[in-house]
Amino acid sequence: MLSAEEKILLQQVREKLKSHEEEIGSAALERMFITYPQTKTYFPHFDLSHGSAQIKGHGKKVADALANAIQSVDNLSQSLSALSDLHAYNLRVDPVNFKARGGWGCSRGAETRLALQLLSQCLQVVLASTFGKEFTPEVHAAFDKFLSGVAAVLAEKYR
Amino acid sequence: MVHWTAEEKQLISSVWSRVSVEQCGGEALARLLIVYPWTQRFFESFGNLSSPTAILGNPKVRAHGKKVLTSFGEAIKNLDNLKATYTRLSELHCDKLHVDPENFRV
Repeated sequence: MLSAEEKILLQQVREKLKSHEEEIGSAALERMFITYPQTKTYFPHFDLSHGSAQIKGHGKKVADALANAIQSVDNLSQSLSALSDLHAYNLRVDPVNFKARGGWGCSRGAETRLALQLLSQCLQVVLASTFGKEFTPEVHAAFDKFLSGVAAVLAEKYR
Repeated sequence: MVHWTAEEKQLISSVWSRVSVEQCGGEALARLLIVYPWTQRFFESFGNLSSPTAILGNPKVRAHGKKVLTSFGEAIKNLDNLKATYTRLSELHCDKLHVDPENFRV
């Protein structure tokens, strides 16, 4: 659960997100694809080259969704419900992984949670490098807690 | 075992040469204890860890952070021989400190 102070700090993060949506979102995605190449398997239909329009577009969507989620942080399960279905459904039908593992359910949910953790790491790296000292340990802690909550909700439809 | 390309080793060394081990070490360990408070259980002898300010200012945290990053520096100089370089530390973390390796991930 987030404390009152943490929610205030999240509002600061939200302002940053809203003012640099495409920049932050696409930088985080790119870092994730480069640093953790296994995450590319979730985007077989994307052009993943540097600066691709699809990465920019998707990055903007991700940052925007996070900014909105911050506004409804007390009710993530409901506010992210549609995205939760989308991630559960889309990620399940990835043909590469489906064939290799033959499966849905638990192991896919665990993989998704891991992938989302990796994206969370990359988002934090981008925020830290863009905002330097403003990304204080307190802001870092609040944002990390928030991202864990988001990842849990997005992966919850697997069980 | 992980293997790094020549280019990756170059990148690692060049980033590392700009790191102030004392300053970054202290702050990195402090952030660990602040952002993931359950890790404080390994540092109960460090004294006051009651708030982010206390943790950031705690001299034992700073000293230990410096130790950790100094050790990273050693590792970076010995990337081709990491396993041997870290044998003693691995045993320490496993046999004496009982740290779940889950804590070592990203």
